[in-house]
Amino acid sequence: MSFSRFDTGGLIDRSERIGFSFDGKQLEGFAGDTLASALLANGVSLMGRSFKYHRPRGLLSGGASEPNALVTLGGGATREPNLRASMMALREGLKAESQNRWPSLGFDVGAVNSALSPFLGAGFYYKTFMWPAALWEKLYEPLIRRAAGLGRASHAPDVQEYEKRWAHCDVLVIGAGPAGLMAALTAARSGARVVLCDESFDFGGRLLKDRVEIGDADGPGFAAGVIAELAANPNVRLLASTTVFGTYDSGVYGAVERRDAAERGPAQRVWRIVAKRCVLAAGAEERPLVFGGNDRPGVMMASSMRGLLNAQAIRPGDHVAVFATGGSGHETARDLLKHGLAVTLVDARADVPAEELAASEGARLLTGYVVADAIGGKAVSAVDVVDRASGKRDKIKVDALAMSGGWNPVVGLACHRGDRPVWDEASGMFLPPAERDGLVAAGSAAGILDLAGCLSSGAAQGARAATDLGFKPRKVDAEAVREACGGSTGFQTLWHVAEARGKAFVDFQNDVTVSDLGLAVREGYGHVELAKRYTTTGMATDQGKLSNFNAIGILAENRGVSPDQVGTTTFRPFYTPVSIGALAGEHRGSHYRPVRRSPLHGWAEKHGAQFIEAGAWMRASHFPRGDETDWKQACDRETLAVRAGVGISDASTLGKIDLSGKDAAKFLDLIYTGKMSTLAVGKARYGLMLREDGLLMDDGTVSRLGESHYLITTTTAAAGEVMAHMEFCAQALWPELDVRLASVTDQWAQITVAGPLSRDVLGRVVADDLSETAVPFLAAREVTLHSGLKARLFRISFSGELAFELAVPARHGEAVADAIVEAGQPFGITPYGLEALNVLRTEKGFITHAEIDGRTTPGDLGLGKMVSARKDDFVGRVMLSREGLQRDDREQLVGLRPVNPAHGILAGGHLLEPDSVPAMANDQGHVTSACWSPHLKSTIALAMLKRGRERHGERLVVWDPLRGIETEVVVCAPVFVEAGRLGEVKIARDLDPVQLAAAVPPDLLAGLVCRVADRVALTQLSAAPVCLVAGPAARNAAIRKMARAGDGVARPVQPGHALAVGNSGEGSEDLVERLGADGAISLCDLSDARVRFQLAGPEAQEIIATQSGIDLSAELAKPGSSAPTLFGHVPVQLTRTGADAFEIMVFSTYAQDLAQSLSRSIRLSG
Amino acid sequence: MASLIRCPHCGMRPKEEFSIRGDASPVRPKPEAKFAAWDDYLHSRDNVRGVMHEHWQHVGGCRRWLVVERDTFTHEVHSVVDAADYARARAVKPSKVKPKGKTATAAKGRAKS
Repeated sequence: MSFSRFDTGGLIDRSERIGFSFDGKQLEGFAGDTLASALLANGVSLMGRSFKYHRPRGLLSGGASEPNALVTLGGGATREPNLRASMMALREGLKAESQNRWPSLGFDVGAVNSALSPFLGAGFYYKTFMWPAALWEKLYEPLIRRAAGLGRASHAPDVQEYEKRWAHCDVLVIGAGPAGLMAALTAARSGARVVLCDESFDFGGRLLKDRVEIGDADGPGFAAGVIAELAANPNVRLLASTTVFGTYDSGVYGAVERRDAAERGPAQRVWRIVAKRCVLAAGAEERPLVFGGNDRPGVMMASSMRGLLNAQAIRPGDHVAVFATGGSGHETARDLLKHGLAVTLVDARADVPAEELAASEGARLLTGYVVADAIGGKAVSAVDVVDRASGKRDKIKVDALAMSGGWNPVVGLACHRGDRPVWDEASGMFLPPAERDGLVAAGSAAGILDLAGCLSSGAAQGARAATDLGFKPRKVDAEAVREACGGSTGFQTLWHVAEARGKAFVDFQNDVTVSDLGLAVREGYGHVELAKRYTTTGMATDQGKLSNFNAIGILAENRGVSPDQVGTTTFRPFYTPVSIGALAGEHRGSHYRPVRRSPLHGWAEKHGAQFIEAGAWMRASHFPRGDETDWKQACDRETLAVRAGVGISDASTLGKIDLSGKDAAKFLDLIYTGKMSTLAVGKARYGLMLREDGLLMDDGTVSRLGESHYLITTTTAAAGEVMAHMEFCAQALWPELDVRLASVTDQWAQITVAGPLSRDVLGRVVADDLSETAVPFLAAREVTLHSGLKARLFRISFSGELAFELAVPARHGEAVADAIVEAGQPFGITPYGLEALNVLRTEKGFITHAEIDGRTTPGDLGLGKMVSARKDDFVGRVMLSREGLQRDDREQLVGLRPVNPAHGILAGGHLLEPDSVPAMANDQGHVTSACWSPHLKSTIALAMLKRGRERHGERLVVWDPLRGIETEVVVCAPVFVEAGRLGEVKIARDLDPVQLAAAVPPDLLAGLVCRVADRVALTQLSAAPVCLVAGPAARNAAIRKMARAGDGVARPVQPGHALAVGNSGEGSEDLVERLGADGAISLCDLSDARVRFQLAGPEAQEIIATQSGIDLSAELAKPGSSAPTLFGHVPVQLTRTGADAFEIMVFSTYAQDLAQSLSRSIRLSG
Repeated sequence: MASLIRCPHCGMRPKEEFSIRGDASPVRPKPEAKFAAWDDYLHSRDNVRGVMHEHWQHVGGCRRWLVVERDTFTHEVHSVVDAADYARARAVKPSKVKPKGKTATAAKGRAKS
């Protein structure tokens, strides 16, 4: 007889039929089935093959700990292996496949391993495949890997979507069984914010599986009543199919919600739950008994068989044996008898409590007996029982076998912080450790096994958690409870059955037997951590949820000590496996990190730019034209155009920092090697910044815009690092200085116009006099464009040619770039990208972070004169004087040219003297930058060479073993071309000025999902001026008051810094005027550096929780409150503008990226 | 690493909003200090098992540098103060690291900002 289903009874809905398939066979189940119960109802008890011996396996524990009934769902890109059939609600069209079998589950060739098993004991692989070592990788490992294993992962990119979300609460309750329900109910009634999670897709735990009465209700009825009350409470969040997988410090818990049945939204959601208190009500796992053949299909845990019988009306056969050492066996016997089945109850105890005997009355009772072996092939057909008193062995024919060796409280989550469970000899269980960080166990997780005890323990812990947090819980009256065996739940410890003849499994999933553990002890691996690794017990996907405690008990017996002395292995997250996709959430592929777009991104696109990733930015690498087929052709053309005429490129990505405050000049002297305080207003200066160890950190320019107002530029690459460094200097090193820093990178579109004709071109756009006397080299001043727009003009060059950088508010960037291109048409103006920029600077020997590589000093790069000797102090001054940094045999910057101009050099190659052996001792230096110079029609390179400055003219070899290139080169000065050598170019001088087109604000939400009807809507707020009000922290109150004068809301950033927003349509000058000037307080226009979105609707807070860990109800409780936070990886200023409405102010170059992230969250919530 | 940090200016935030620089106890020597003092400041660090003061920056929030007093073993955070307050307090009493400024501690609850 095999498994089947009773025609009546259970919690299933027989009117709702559900079709599914298993290994291609079409089957049917009912609503209320799990995949496992539906399979059993169809007579399928063989569900998988084991990991090592390929033994037939069926459902064992039927819960979260299920080691055997693992299946693979889906195919192709959505294929997901190793899912527990017991945890999966049956749904229409579900396609499941069994694993680790070939060619089929019924006939599996790998089962030959079972016949070979005498040779395959613990440590077999270690011992056998040791020699020859060379064969391991190519022969042994692939073979072993193919033969052993579970499901296969998909090799296709995962097409499912995942989401991460934060939740904040007072009390987290893990597990919605009797204890968890009562804990959640008590805490919620007191007014606390509660999150209740359960691994299962329905709430109730054992209440749904055991026949009990609580007051007037049965188990499912009681659970439904509690859940209904909780669901109606707005302070309660119920998360079904949600496994808490980790306990972290500060009351942070990780959980994964599986949404297999959901039609829309993410496939899985990872929750980060911040809880002030936590009640762990994860229940207990029934302990398997370890006897021969205890893994055969048809052998299952007593509580599992009982649950399937009561909930899904699964009929295990005509005659069922129950092997138990405690009350659970008698309870199962009771329920089987009630359904009219014949039961043989084998109880290892000689004395059984009267309540238990009363419950199982009617069964054939064998007390003082054990089941030594379960016999059968693909299903159990008989058991061998042994009378322990006489040693007599008898065979009994059975259809199924239920077993219960007692209970193991689920303590893992209480031990993730490093505590160990505590052995309790009296009860024979490992109990959870003492409370840590507000986490306490309740119910059977705390070792309380009777229902009445679980209910009252849950209520008590829920009340305690609420009381601790200042809530006043009412006492919940205990209702009368009727449960099996009158609540008798004790059991006798029986780690394994010594009379067994067949293989007795301890770890089912990893095929570890009693004899493997004995072998481990005999061979010196008896320590629990060693035995685990030697036998692999507890190392499968179930992490030994069923097996670990039996393994400890068996090790203890073998070593002749108590389980306490053996101890447990370390519990760590994750409690159950979580897919990498779920942990990555939205941060994958192109969203792995945010992408910044320059305000000139659209302009570059219009001119056909090819983009490359450069740090966080997408930058134009080159602008191919016509029949150009590779980047080099475009790069050569662009490079030549700049030196011969004029080019235009985007410099907006350079870091730009606005510095003000009365000590600004003093501050600059401290962070730069040069004396910046002597810089005149209206002038710029090149500067070097050191780390405190004397090595170069970054280079850039400082422009003095006013008496105590500076603009600092940094390299694109180091912008973030330099900003953080300057903030550290200002806040932590010299807090007494009055300086204010603001990143204005996003505020300005910065356009480089370079080449001998650049002045002629720019003259058609800029109204001011651009002559050499009016705008000399390193001038930095405000100018007005012909159209009236105010801009900043810098006479700075990174190409060595006459060049200007024009900075305009970002929104006008594209219009101004268009105007410059129009103005440059008669001059043949050429847009150039990063590649040409790199050639231009290399030809002049200008450095980048290829040279500023964390090992070089100013002197190494020939910039020693930029280090002021007149200053007492600046960052890096003392350490730069170290002997090692001043030695004259250091590597110094030189140029290289190949002897044969056509020969290539690549960055990274090492320099050797001709005929010297490649070895560290002979290393002369390395190539930092290399490119093709179209001017010299030769490869050129910059390199760091020992005593390089003395060695111009010397011949060396560039040795590049990785790419197999050796090139003979000549050392030269690191300057390859002279500027202005092209002579006078005749051009028409009297051209009309060019006017600007009106700036069109981009619609960042175009094409994005921004709304879910009545629940949430994302809109882009109309442009309004934004201004940073900054001053000393002591003036904080005044500063916030000033900021509030904008639109009535101050948006505080930090003490002394607040953002003011003006009215829609108002100009930034108007806002500045309205806020009012104050000598000690500076105003920095950020109107173009910020974009504001509005997120509104009842679902808005949930959308924000997918982006930020801020607790809105605590930190942003009232409308008008505002704080900076992080959305994904993007910093924002978040302001609550209404009960359900928020303003999200974001850096404008990140706005597009953030809009996409928010839209995704909105789409997934729909 | 602590999972949550209570920024004295912004409130409780996840660690993802912060960056860590390292030990906050070394004091930058005076420019004229002996070379050994500079060497010590730059290079000598204890590998603390237990409570230490560290510089953290709230880069994803107010961008202030903070001094986080935390236990490297238990991850417990004992206090968080603004680095400027910490530096000022230390300048007054170099031997005692007890800054006067606004302090956020788990016990005291959220400091109003």
